Amino acid sequence: MLTNENIRQRLLEKFPDQVTGFEEPYGLLSFEAPKEINLKVLNFLFDDSELKFRFLTDLCAVHYPNQQGRELAVVYHLHNLEDNMRIRFKVFTDINQPDVYTATGLFSSANWMERETYDFFGVNFVGHPNLKRILNVEEMDYFPLRKEFPLEDQSRIDKDDEMFGRGGSIF
Amino acid sequence: MARPVAYNVKIKPLEKDISMAEMPEGHQGEGFFATSLDKVIGLARKNSIWPLPFATSCCGIEFMATMGAHYDLARFGSERVGFSPRQCDLLMVMGTIAKKMGPVVKQVYLQMAEPRWVIAVGACASSGGIFDTYSVLQGIDQVVPVDVYVPGCPPRPEAIIDGVMRIQDLVGKESLRRRNSPQYKALLESYGIQ
Repeated sequence: MLTNENIRQRLLEKFPDQVTGFEEPYGLLSFEAPKEINLKVLNFLFDDSELKFRFLTDLCAVHYPNQQGRELAVVYHLHNLEDNMRIRFKVFTDINQPDVYTATGLFSSANWMERETYDFFGVNFVGHPNLKRILNVEEMDYFPLRKEFPLEDQSRIDKDDEMFGRGGSIF
Repeated sequence: MARPVAYNVKIKPLEKDISMAEMPEGHQGEGFFATSLDKVIGLARKNSIWPLPFATSCCGIEFMATMGAHYDLARFGSERVGFSPRQCDLLMVMGTIAKKMGPVVKQVYLQMAEPRWVIAVGACASSGGIFDTYSVLQGIDQVVPVDVYVPGCPPRPEAIIDGVMRIQDLVGKESLRRRNSPQYKALLESYGIQ
């Protein structure tokens, strides 16, 4: 039977010192690795006869503007369908050079999810077959979910900030 | 406690079995009636508006109620909802228009033949509403000229009917030369049309 402890042991045997930051928030095993070996870790998790993490549930990014040199996290949620186990795998990258190897070779479903992650966070997935915007308008010239960009539409001219609870005299 | 209702509280008796449109101003005598062509055409147009519903969210659901038997937009000559822009007079935009949808609204507007009118139903179509965000168009008047805005989130069917009646008013009073006027051309020009 696969447990979080087993998975941790297997990973540490295969990638000693490289796989770090083990956590179990709400029982979900999470860990991180250097972005250069993300495909090696994913391949190992996929191919290993015990682990068999062969379903990519979700792929997304998180922006941590205060972490110098590791501002963007790319998060893979993986599922072992036979043992019904889930894990979360993160790689961190510098926002000035957000290059991460694409997982499309391993999971076809990564194609659109990586396009979405590129669309909103600007992560450059190296080797992706068709890395262009998927949800936002093509003319958009920024990555809207990065923290430096305000959520509100900057082209609005007729909205009163006071009415939207953003400053003004009533607070 | 009963919820106070602000609409349709007075029961209005039917005046006659068949209602007729009011006669325009003019001169009449034995066997003739003279009025201006504007008024006759306006009368015909305003009582046979073909709406094109462009419904993207909850305001569209209110529009379905408006077309249904209870509120019955057909009473105002608009029962024929067309789904081809080529045949329609009135573009009814109901719901949130995302920026990616903006060019589609404009395309539909361009496919309509003159004279054409546009009604923005609800807060989202009029101004972006609560969706003050990077992905939502802040009012369809950024891509097409709008004649009537209906407030509400979503507006009740009565409000939509009120909007349509205001459009009828515009249609009935519009001069036949308006669409050739330099002001109208300048308006279209400002939207990059023609």
